[in-house]
Amino acid sequence: MAETLPHSSAYQTDALIASDIDAYLVQNQNKSLLRFITCGSVDDGKSTLIGRLLYDSKLIFDDQLAALEADSARIGTQGQAIDFALLVDGLAAEREQGITIDVAYRFFATEKRKFIVADTPGHEQYTRNMITGASTADLAVILVDARKGILTQTRRHSIIAHLVGVRNLVLAVNKMDLIDYDQARYDAIVADYRAFATSIKIAAFTPIPISGFKGDNVTTPSPNLPWYAGPTLMAHLETADFDATVAQSKPFRMPVQWVNRPNLDFRGFSGLIAAGTVKPGDAVRVLPSGKATSVARIVTMTGDLETGVAAQSVTLTFTDEIDCSRGDVVVAADDPPEVADQFEATIIWLADDAMLPGRPYWLKLGTQLVSATVQPPKYQTNVNTMEQLAAKTFELNAIGVANFSTDKPIVFEAYADSRTLGGFILIDKITNATMAAGMIHFALRRSHNVHRQATDVGRETHAALKNQTPRLLWFTGLSGSGKSTIANEVEKRLNLMNRHTFLLDGDNIRHGLNKDLGFTDADRIENIRRVGEVAKLMTDAGLIVLTAFISPFRVERDMVRTMMPEGEFIEIFVDTPLAVAEARDVKGLYKKARAGTLKNFTGIDSPYEPPEQPEIRVNTVEMTPVEAAEFIIRQVMPLK
Amino acid sequence: MARTFDRPDGTAVPQTLTHLDRLEAESIHILREVVAEAARPVMLYSVGKDSAVMLHLAKKAFYPSLPPFPLLHVDTTWKFQAMYALREKAARDAGMDLLIHQNPAALERGINPFDHGSLHTDMWKTEGLKQALDEHGFDVAFGGARRDEEKSRAKERIFSFRSATHGWDPKNQRPELWNLYNARKAKGESIRVFPISNWTELDIWQYIHLHNIEIAPLYFSAKRPTYNWDGQLFMADDIDRLQRVLGHRPDIVERSIRFRTLGCFPLTGAIESEARTLPEIIQEMLLTTTSERQGRVIDRGDGDASMEKKKREGYF
Repeated sequence: MAETLPHSSAYQTDALIASDIDAYLVQNQNKSLLRFITCGSVDDGKSTLIGRLLYDSKLIFDDQLAALEADSARIGTQGQAIDFALLVDGLAAEREQGITIDVAYRFFATEKRKFIVADTPGHEQYTRNMITGASTADLAVILVDARKGILTQTRRHSIIAHLVGVRNLVLAVNKMDLIDYDQARYDAIVADYRAFATSIKIAAFTPIPISGFKGDNVTTPSPNLPWYAGPTLMAHLETADFDATVAQSKPFRMPVQWVNRPNLDFRGFSGLIAAGTVKPGDAVRVLPSGKATSVARIVTMTGDLETGVAAQSVTLTFTDEIDCSRGDVVVAADDPPEVADQFEATIIWLADDAMLPGRPYWLKLGTQLVSATVQPPKYQTNVNTMEQLAAKTFELNAIGVANFSTDKPIVFEAYADSRTLGGFILIDKITNATMAAGMIHFALRRSHNVHRQATDVGRETHAALKNQTPRLLWFTGLSGSGKSTIANEVEKRLNLMNRHTFLLDGDNIRHGLNKDLGFTDADRIENIRRVGEVAKLMTDAGLIVLTAFISPFRVERDMVRTMMPEGEFIEIFVDTPLAVAEARDVKGLYKKARAGTLKNFTGIDSPYEPPEQPEIRVNTVEMTPVEAAEFIIRQVMPLK
Repeated sequence: MARTFDRPDGTAVPQTLTHLDRLEAESIHILREVVAEAARPVMLYSVGKDSAVMLHLAKKAFYPSLPPFPLLHVDTTWKFQAMYALREKAARDAGMDLLIHQNPAALERGINPFDHGSLHTDMWKTEGLKQALDEHGFDVAFGGARRDEEKSRAKERIFSFRSATHGWDPKNQRPELWNLYNARKAKGESIRVFPISNWTELDIWQYIHLHNIEIAPLYFSAKRPTYNWDGQLFMADDIDRLQRVLGHRPDIVERSIRFRTLGCFPLTGAIESEARTLPEIIQEMLLTTTSERQGRVIDRGDGDASMEKKKREGYF
């Protein structure tokens, strides 16, 4: 059995600190920084291992140790021994349940390196917290319980670590004390993992047998493992090769965070250099506009720099007054990244609400924020078998591949080349929750090759010929609220006034253009997208378009709004209480829905999100359809 | 100043950034993201060493502009006199507005750390902070908390989302990938942002040393009047006020003391020390066997989850 180490001198150079603090400070200042994660299945001993590293590195102070001993006796899971997991499981809910819910960041240092370690949760339910930790890691320690071998979560975490680009993997076969330090069983686990690793194209990993609880092979070689000749875990962490300067050898990239304008004479562009180096005089371009200029100064508070390098925060000034703002990317003029509005990416879904193909989400990439939609999944990955499965959507913790399109071109690179310009998050437009993380593969060809054709007769000409102003009158409301009836009345009146109109009605469109769509959330979104596109073409032709669709979701109505020129989209909320619409039940649909023979019916088992600020609201309890139509006409006229 | 070394073939030799260079760049990136995305940011300034570093980073992040937000000190009226003096000077030197908030209800009731126990922290700091943020409509507040300070801090995101009532839900934090921060929120909701989350106590001291950042003299050892209370050593910063509140004049003994952290003088335990320079302070910190927060009375008494509990209620 390994002795519980007294505070090991391998970590802190107490003697040097005591004798020559200045020398120590110089030494400490020049240490490299390694960020790593511990991951693996529940109960594989992640928190215990980190507790052990902190304890052995003398980062547990006397007052903390006293608290730890008291906690261990009271709620620990290790009998009378110290339960190191209690050092890192810092949330009350975690300590009560004895599990890790969220990622904890801990810090320690040896003579050679400083470390930031993220202890990530093992439960599948908390995968999103594991990804949070993995996204900034240089190295991953994947723990396996020697008694259990490779489990689903071992595979899942390995795949995620590999996906987010962690190239340095350690397979720590833990709890060796509980299998009597048996080499044969260790070898079998390593062989098992090697087969799996090869199947997901992990080129190399470092296996190490340890016991976090007993301390074997964590910081000092264990006499219990005489058959193992490799490094201890700590020795590996101290020497693992990761090149922090590799980003400097790539072409220059700097996403602009903020325009720095203290006075009329200074206009600088502040950002964190994502890749490459930059010097005054370098030729650069500002994307997506593509305007070229050159760097005048690299400004910092402690003086201008001769060279700026990747991972530095700087402020650049240019030799020309060109347009540049937050979201733009300053790049090497002769080696620019992609600019496109369609791309393929791997996605990890992080939210309880499933992905809705066609729904617009905010996409944040670097400092760019655009509206983006996800196409139906190409496939979802089975994390056990690596099979590519057909999928209609992505649910919590799903990993898969899909195409994306954005409402305007964005600047990006493949994730394999740049975490900063290849990694993005999706944000729900209503709740603002972070829904997913994405990693870009490549731009789609069609986004390069399909260009808009400029035509000589434009929308103004079309409208002028009709002597009217195009509008899109968008009626929304529950089934049976009176949308179609009122829209029909409005169109009749507009025609009497010599206005050129067209009414797109929900039921009619579903007989033709949208006959392939059903009533799932995803199909409803696609239904509205198509109607929006058709309505837009018709307004381009100079028409006043009326649409009568339930259009239950706020986000999609807003999507159509943003497709139209400012002020042309008029949202008309046909406000009828559910009880009233259901009592009318003109088509007998509510009856069917209540009986359960009609699924996904708005207001019954599918939600309706009323507009928050419609341009026009009509109350059909107080108004007849004719009165409502006259009210609307008064609001929208003259339309010339 | 950055050094450049070109190889004979004209290619640059990679420039090695130290871990402090990287931490600094990361913090500046965070500060700028907030300013670019927030409607009304503010920096909580507590006059301690962490606040001093955070303020220095803010100056660097926006130079040559001044940091485009005010400083806010949530005051308890019980801070050390030397802290009040430095507070005014630091704001003036930075060219930033300084807002000071004292909870009027606590002021009226004469809430103090001797008679009111945990109510002192609750009313002056937790309630005071919420009042100040609501009053000014700040939607993002920078705080100088570090993950190495305490277990629940170690779990907190850099962008820590708060409900309209300032509550923190530690079981349901937003995923935070790479250095992409989701700063979007609904009206009334707010975000606490911790730019120095990944710094350790040693990093802070080393940075102060390297950049010659001004900190309160209380961190350095000097002969100061002290008294014992509840088995711990405190500095008698305002003896008359102590006497009024305690009803008697404590026994004052002059000792060589200093502080590892700074808060309210009756709640901040002193350590006996001879460390008079930054290297000596760092040396003492590295050789000590107790944690930084050990001298803080605020963290004791409520069980091991006291910090988390306070944070859920809106404490910083």
